Amino acid sequence: MASREEMMAKIEKLIGPFNNKGVELKDATTFAGDLEWDSLTVMDFVAAVEDEFDIIITMNMQAEIETVGQLADAVAKLMDS
Amino acid sequence: MTDLLSKFDPLIQERETLLATGVKDPFSLVMEEVKSPTVAVCNGKETILLGTYNYMGMTFDDDVREAGITALKNFGSGTTGSRVLNGTYSPHKDCEEALKEFYAMDHAMVFSTGYQANLGIISTLAGKGDYVILDIDSHASIYDGCALGNAEVVAFRHNDVEALEKRLKRLPADAGKLVVLEGVYSMLGDVAPLKEMIRVCKENGAMTLVDEAHSMGFIGENGRGVSEEQGVIDDVDFIIGTFSKSVGTVGGFCVSNHPKFEIMRLVCRPYVFTASLPPSVMATASTSIRKLMHSGNKRAHLWENSKKLHKGLRDLGFELGTSEAQSAIIAVIMPDLERGAMMWQALLAEGLYVNLARPPATPANMTLLRCSLCAEHTSEQVDQILGMFEAAGKAVGAI
Repeated sequence: MASREEMMAKIEKLIGPFNNKGVELKDATTFAGDLEWDSLTVMDFVAAVEDEFDIIITMNMQAEIETVGQLADAVAKLMDS
Repeated sequence: MTDLLSKFDPLIQERETLLATGVKDPFSLVMEEVKSPTVAVCNGKETILLGTYNYMGMTFDDDVREAGITALKNFGSGTTGSRVLNGTYSPHKDCEEALKEFYAMDHAMVFSTGYQANLGIISTLAGKGDYVILDIDSHASIYDGCALGNAEVVAFRHNDVEALEKRLKRLPADAGKLVVLEGVYSMLGDVAPLKEMIRVCKENGAMTLVDEAHSMGFIGENGRGVSEEQGVIDDVDFIIGTFSKSVGTVGGFCVSNHPKFEIMRLVCRPYVFTASLPPSVMATASTSIRKLMHSGNKRAHLWENSKKLHKGLRDLGFELGTSEAQSAIIAVIMPDLERGAMMWQALLAEGLYVNLARPPATPANMTLLRCSLCAEHTSEQVDQILGMFEAAGKAVGAI
């Protein structure tokens, strides 16, 4: 089981190719507001996260995830279950 | 007081900005007179219709109209009731018989619209704890069917068999799974690789639903759709369709061979809690469906039209949604909404109506001029259409 820091580092690495504006990533960075991702980018990014961790993030779950920190927590929880 | 409509301010602003450039509102066109499946009068001008989904041109078929008039006289203007109470007349049962004949399937259930068919079937089949797996470019009615139900929703990249398979394998083996696919995707007019997708679904224990709204009557040897064309129709659990395209009236349906299918009539809320279609609509639909069973020549002509328009537009220099004609929908990709609206208006001035499609209905934030051909378009009309595209495209600098 990876630590929170390790998980954040992995998530930040995955965000990299989609972070066209070079936004500094923090726990509270939002995908829609700060990163300004449209729905298509969100889908490609979610697919990348799913493939990296071999999990499914349903659209129901995605609706609840707004920040990078929330995503890290959600992924950790999914890998635990 | 919080104004609940203030959430739409950005859209109001965008519309005002667009209309301030002098273009007509593309979403409030009125057809003053409709002369045939392919010609109407708009703003006093005779206009060729190239954006109606009236693929087989059945709206003015003599037998279809005659059947509607007779049913209107014999059964009245409406049923004023639900299908499960006072709203099932013999024309409703006959229409379901016509669907069973058309698809060679055991069960057919008619809804008041195609939208309601997806809404009802998806929300009823996939409940709490189940999974709906859908293509990211699915029609609004599919997404709304998911929103009405309580299932978990998993999306995969458009037409990507591998992405679908990966997600199916990650889901719990014993969970209920419904994979929702479309035969033809209506925005770009591209066809799904159903043969591979249905196989992957079967291998992973998922039930399948295919929406054949844009292929019925046209694609496949008997016009049953892309799943027939690709030889997998017998492996599809549920087929959804509509009467508002090739059939030429209004209504929606689901056909299935599932032995327990009839129970859906009692548990599907968008079927139960709404009034049934008027008997005249049912009579026009069943007459049209039975005629579509024997329309091989019209199907061939519609393919000719679609291929001719696709090649002609490509040769003129337009960017199209597919590399070759895969259906009767040819989508012209415009650089942005403003130029799309200008081109739409220039075409209308030439005497041609197409659909202007914009986000969020379109994939990848595209603005599209969507053309849908009709089997009743003559080859000369397609030539005329290409001439209009050339003139309008040059006038607004799109080519």
